[in-house]
Amino acid sequence: MKKFTELDGLVMPLDRANVDTDYIIPKQFLKSIKRTGFGKNLFDEARYLDKGLPDADCSQRPLNPDFVMNQPRYQGASILLARDNFGCGSSREHAPWALDDYGFRCVIAPSFADIFFNNCVKNGILLIVLEEDIVNELFKETFAQEGYRLAVDLPSQCITKPDGSTIAFDIEGSRKNILLNGLDDISLTLKNESDIVQFEADWQNKAPWLFSQKRA
Amino acid sequence: MSGMTLYDKLWNSHLVKDLDDGTSLIYIDLHFLHEVTSPQAFEGLRLAGRKPWRADANMATPDHNVPTTTDERSRGVEGIIDPVSKIQVKSLDSNCDEFGISEFHIDDPRHGIVHVIGPEQGRTLPGMTIVCGDSHTSTHGALGALAHGIGTSEVEHVLATQCLVQKKAKNMLIQVNGQLSPHVTAKDVVLAIIGHIGTAGGTGYTIEFGGEAIRSLSVEGRMTVCNMAIEAGARAGIVAVDEKTIEYVKGRPFAPTGELWEQAAAAWQDLVSDEDAVFDKVVELEAADIVPQVSWGTSPEMVAPVTGNVPDPANAANESKRNNYLQALKYMGLEAGTPIQSIMLDRVFIGSCTNSRIEDLRAAAAVVKGRKVAANIKEALVVPGSGLVKVQAEQEGLDRIFTEAGLQWREPGCSMCLAMNADQLGEGEHCASTSNRNFEGRQGFGGRTHLVSPAMAAAAAVHGHFVDIRDLELH
Repeated sequence: MKKFTELDGLVMPLDRANVDTDYIIPKQFLKSIKRTGFGKNLFDEARYLDKGLPDADCSQRPLNPDFVMNQPRYQGASILLARDNFGCGSSREHAPWALDDYGFRCVIAPSFADIFFNNCVKNGILLIVLEEDIVNELFKETFAQEGYRLAVDLPSQCITKPDGSTIAFDIEGSRKNILLNGLDDISLTLKNESDIVQFEADWQNKAPWLFSQKRA
Repeated sequence: MSGMTLYDKLWNSHLVKDLDDGTSLIYIDLHFLHEVTSPQAFEGLRLAGRKPWRADANMATPDHNVPTTTDERSRGVEGIIDPVSKIQVKSLDSNCDEFGISEFHIDDPRHGIVHVIGPEQGRTLPGMTIVCGDSHTSTHGALGALAHGIGTSEVEHVLATQCLVQKKAKNMLIQVNGQLSPHVTAKDVVLAIIGHIGTAGGTGYTIEFGGEAIRSLSVEGRMTVCNMAIEAGARAGIVAVDEKTIEYVKGRPFAPTGELWEQAAAAWQDLVSDEDAVFDKVVELEAADIVPQVSWGTSPEMVAPVTGNVPDPANAANESKRNNYLQALKYMGLEAGTPIQSIMLDRVFIGSCTNSRIEDLRAAAAVVKGRKVAANIKEALVVPGSGLVKVQAEQEGLDRIFTEAGLQWREPGCSMCLAMNADQLGEGEHCASTSNRNFEGRQGFGGRTHLVSPAMAAAAAVHGHFVDIRDLELH
């Protein structure tokens, strides 16, 4: 899994609260059986003027000139600045896959939805929760300054602004560890194999009916 | 030291170990799979040379992509016209075959929406931990199970290890006191709850739904409520076990029998929060205050009573909400102050894991019986949640009631809830839907979703606009 240590990136402001996972990646693109290729359909319904279909040639599609992502000043952005409850709705991991495939490695917002948060950690995407006032400030600064960049340092949990001032952020130890080390979570869990086997044996004793449901 | 909540009990009984970093390893009793969120997980297993830890603890069914027209379904998987959908369903079939996982195939009489067939078959049992790559897995919590949605990487993790690494959530109790008024349904209760606490009100919590009004609901009604716990931000929603739960489970195909049944039923008596359990947060609502709800906006929290109006963004609590409301009104093509009952509709959808069980269909049929779909309704679909629900509905004559009234009777599947198949709204069309999400584009590009109960959707079909179900004469 991809590691995250530090990132110096252009910021794109998505000034909309409650961005749900349907907005991030509409359902027709979930028909793919791959983990990659979703970047071109990130924010599809806001980004393009026409309706998106899987396997369509997106280079031929009409872009929505009003959508922030299509503005020249935000091309190449790797940090997404967002509002409350970003990533609410479905558990589709295709949402972080789309963000990552496009090039976003970090999202900053006042709050995130739960399942979405977990899915991002699994994909090496750093989600940073900051106080609403600070996020408001960042939005103002990003809009005001073309080419606005932030430098994010995960080990020191610090964001550096263009003027050199810094913002500290919190992150759960377990999540920080996974991101820093790009850990393969299944291998890690299987290190506890004997504990799982033991639990299973005990549980089967206590609740035998859970182990005997007949095959369909 | 205080007692344990039901969530505490379910968590503790499945705790394999607490890990060094503040997370825990939780054992998963039952893992449901469908065709959309599993292909990459199976591919991951394959690439790593791993096998499922416990193949028999998994159950699969294709539901999101499948067509619902009888003609397409008559030819099984080969009848799927959309080539990309067909590949995805076939991938599920071959993956389950390869890894020895039970699947209800598209042409199995018991096939249906995963969160309908699990409880229906008695695979979902009280006291279990249950996961699936779908956020509405919270549905199964209605039977006193700890059930929630997971992403595809976690699907792979559960397949490989039978466990999940989790941080324990906080405890929230939502208590609905008193008795519900006639024609006020489980769907109205949960919409009112979400309207009250907001779509992030439950984030970081497992919600236990309790109180007299919740207890008064049937198990199917409780499933409707738990289904939408995720729309309030809570990954899992649960209802304590009582006689209704036990009765519901008894005798189902995969339910324990004989000696094991006696043991299980006795153990399940403990699946209630202790008297002295302490919740991190308690929210109380009065059932008497709840009236039939209609969503007017692009988030499940944007609901109003059917007797009310589309709200004015100027009255929103803060600027962020105001902007949200303005955006929503623009997308929905609605003006502030519009009476809910004057919103004209183009389509009606009765279905989804929220409301497609036999009681939902009976409620809808009671409204349309002897009546006809209004002239301005282009299409009204009734999509039963499973093959068995469909058969039962047909035995009760409900299908004929629907078709005589001008609604279409379809085959089971997720259908227009998320419109991954051909059942979609046209741009700008308003739909009365018994599903769970009204996000922009959810039911089709530019589609405008209004979430309601089955009876309200049926009444809207007949009148062409929303009406207060309490004012209608029902058969």
